[in-house]
Amino acid sequence: MLQIFSVKKTLNFLKHAKPISIMSMILVIASFVSLGTQGINWGLDFTGGTVVELEFSKSVDLLELRAEYDTDAADGAVVQNFGSSRDVLIRLPVREELKSDFQVAAIMQGAQAIDANVIQKRVEFVGPQVGKELAEQGGLAVIVALICILIYVSFRFEWRLAMGSVAALSHDVIVTLGIFSVLQLEFDLTVLAGLLTVVGYSLNDTIVVYDRIRENFLKMRKGGPIEVVNTSITQTMSRTIITTATTLVVVIALFLKGGSMIHGFATALLCGIFVGTYSSIYVASYLAIKLGINREHMMPVEIEKEGADQPPMMP
Amino acid sequence: MLNKYPMWKNIMVMIIVAVGAFYATPNLFGEDHAVQVVATRGAEVTTSTLSTVNGLLESKGIAVKRAELEDGQLLVRVQNSDQQLLAKEAIAEALGEKYTVALNLAPATPEWLEALGGSPMKFGLDLRGGVHFLMEVDMGEAIRKMEEAKIADFRTQLREEKIRYAGVRKTPKGLEIKFRDAENLAKAERFLKSRSNEMVFNDGSSGDNFALYATMSESYLTQIKEEALQQNITTIRNRVNELGVSEPVVQRQGAERIIVELPGVQDTARAKEILGATASIEFRMVDEKTDLSAAANGRVPATSEVFPRRSGGITVLKKEVMLTGDHITGAQPSFDEYSRPQVSINLDAKGGNIFSNVTKDNIGNPMATLFIEYKDSGLRNPDGSVKMTKIEEVISVATIQARLGRNFVINGLDHSEAQSLALLLRAGALIAPVTIVEERTIGPSLGAENVQNGIQAMIWGLAVVVVFMLIYYRAFGVIANLALTVNLVMVVGVMSMLSAVLTLPGIAGMVLTVGMAVDGNVLIYERIREELLAGRSVQQAIHEGYANAFSTIADANITTFMTALILFAVGTGAVKGFAITLMIGIATSMFTSIVGTRVIVNLMWGGKKVKKLSI
Repeated sequence: MLQIFSVKKTLNFLKHAKPISIMSMILVIASFVSLGTQGINWGLDFTGGTVVELEFSKSVDLLELRAEYDTDAADGAVVQNFGSSRDVLIRLPVREELKSDFQVAAIMQGAQAIDANVIQKRVEFVGPQVGKELAEQGGLAVIVALICILIYVSFRFEWRLAMGSVAALSHDVIVTLGIFSVLQLEFDLTVLAGLLTVVGYSLNDTIVVYDRIRENFLKMRKGGPIEVVNTSITQTMSRTIITTATTLVVVIALFLKGGSMIHGFATALLCGIFVGTYSSIYVASYLAIKLGINREHMMPVEIEKEGADQPPMMP
Repeated sequence: MLNKYPMWKNIMVMIIVAVGAFYATPNLFGEDHAVQVVATRGAEVTTSTLSTVNGLLESKGIAVKRAELEDGQLLVRVQNSDQQLLAKEAIAEALGEKYTVALNLAPATPEWLEALGGSPMKFGLDLRGGVHFLMEVDMGEAIRKMEEAKIADFRTQLREEKIRYAGVRKTPKGLEIKFRDAENLAKAERFLKSRSNEMVFNDGSSGDNFALYATMSESYLTQIKEEALQQNITTIRNRVNELGVSEPVVQRQGAERIIVELPGVQDTARAKEILGATASIEFRMVDEKTDLSAAANGRVPATSEVFPRRSGGITVLKKEVMLTGDHITGAQPSFDEYSRPQVSINLDAKGGNIFSNVTKDNIGNPMATLFIEYKDSGLRNPDGSVKMTKIEEVISVATIQARLGRNFVINGLDHSEAQSLALLLRAGALIAPVTIVEERTIGPSLGAENVQNGIQAMIWGLAVVVVFMLIYYRAFGVIANLALTVNLVMVVGVMSMLSAVLTLPGIAGMVLTVGMAVDGNVLIYERIREELLAGRSVQQAIHEGYANAFSTIADANITTFMTALILFAVGTGAVKGFAITLMIGIATSMFTSIVGTRVIVNLMWGGKKVKKLSI
């Protein structure tokens, strides 16, 4: 039997719980600080504006191109390479007095002055109103998702575990957002999709561990909550490593091969998988212990049969 | 006995897999190069058009793979893109201007498969290239129009009922109807209340000022908005059809927005012009009593308005609208006996009745055709919406010679105006102007690149996972890999069955399913290993492994499914595509990893004496 993680002995994962959870808290605080000071580099979907993606026939000097855009219609154009030196992405803010068509025309004119064979690969325009609504809806979606999960998990498990899982998920979302904020990566709609997928993925991990915790509380006659949790984590570690690895492999494939349009999505997942994997142990399980989870909470509630307390009608 | 499924269960699983695979097959056939013929200017595509086209192509030596008539459209499939171009040119030349002939790609699903409901997945715009518009309906304008209609209604009703009123006008407090005394006000209030349920009436009298205020009820406002949106969707759908685009999408989004997707379209300027143009006409009587010079100085009676004439100068028209463009069912450009362009108009039955009555009462009086158009002014409102300018012009004034019925002509236009007015009227007028609030154009090369990228990512991801599972779990790994492949086929099958749209994030969803779908099997297999290490018998271990992992897999997947559902609810376009594939992927992967692999495991090891498992 080939095994990646083979430990006959239970490992004491929670030994390091305190320093790691403190580190997690620092990460969360740092994320908040970055979100507060730097904010998020909102993409077109949320801010509105115009994006033009161009492919030049040869590599292009951005300084030269920027000089072309020193006109009124293209004022405020942000010009950057992505992918290769031939591919250029240009972002323009919404201008009250200008139609997006004029802006795009000005962009094309400037590009053609440098390279007559330039191809316009993508043009996107989003009105600011639409973007604002989307941002509100998106934020709401994440909150609704967390609430639904809280309800489901407390219904399936126990409120202490539910709190732990939601804390872990919030932790994942905040830290992933924090990474996007610190690195000033563009946050567009696909990133939001990625973020919600992270929520689902990270919960997978948490639930697998919780399921085992519940089972072991009932099975193991000896040992306190900490031993039970350690045993559960050890037993599921193999699975966690394998699943994380396979998911990571495909996400890396998406990141490297998927192309520019889902780069943000892949990046969000990449961050989320790392953060989500350790948070299922050091945030979700640890918090449940801190909330005082013990064997009694796991005992199945005896459901009395209807009429069980009455004398039988037929002796 | 442990690990034996009853026969029916095995057969059921196989049937489900077979059905999934069957509906996935249309995707293997690819697409045919085709030429699409759509009738425009009053023409029709019929079986005779079909035989004409068939004969024509035969004489030109172009082999037709299949030609079919569906929904009033003709689709001719040919062998390759060279023949497609030749065929298009030949057909366009032969059929003339009355038809739109466009290049198209049609799914090459065989007929028998199609008959059984098989159709390939549709590619989203990000994979195929095209334009996406999000349009917003100007509800303020729809409501304003309704208020004007109400003002006219109140006037007529009160006059007919012989209730004396001093004036009706729009105020910020609602529509104000003024009276000279309380008696008339009370009478009018009783009468109007019995007539218009949709309005809320309030007595706003103070001192000598007797006024009744009418405002629209909440439910009526909602109804107006709903109708405006529905009518605009219908109109835009008609216009899109005039563009001759294959597989266009026109959908409502929320309370006042419409999504339009035109695959393959690159000429956005023309598409915008046709979709966004809001032109309509109104017929009104000319107010001959008012002196033109007085009107030019702003002295116009309250019942009349001044409009510019297209030919220059001004005209005074009565405010009351005799007929609006909504009743127009057909409009064709043509020429009168002096070869001047004109537009022949057909009305619906109701419009015909109204028009017949008005013209009967007004023989000998001049009637004007008012052309109304909303144009994007290039400016924006503070909230970011586009400012529209309303252009109103009198295009013709004609004396009514006789009672007119359902068919008549409008003249006073130049050639191209007659053409575009006819097109716009035929496609129906937009009840309220629309503005484009979002526009996305994806070039066809980028679309093809996206497909390539997605497939590459999928192959790489799949290859690594498959190899890993094989090495790590050996025989069981083979089974898991089989389940993974079946799972992918089923995702494609279900998506094709639901005719869901595949987008780039959708492909990402599939790739992600590959990575996450093995989780189910990993959980089961790890559990089996544990049970084996704990010293259980092989059969017991398999049984326990599946039994114990089940609730974990279910819990984990249900929560992921919930987040996908939320994503589906808030997401738009491409993200919705991701949510759909994720949801389908979760459902099918639960089936294949729990039930599917169990069938194979049972058939291979179940109910036998097995000493050692290859896991």
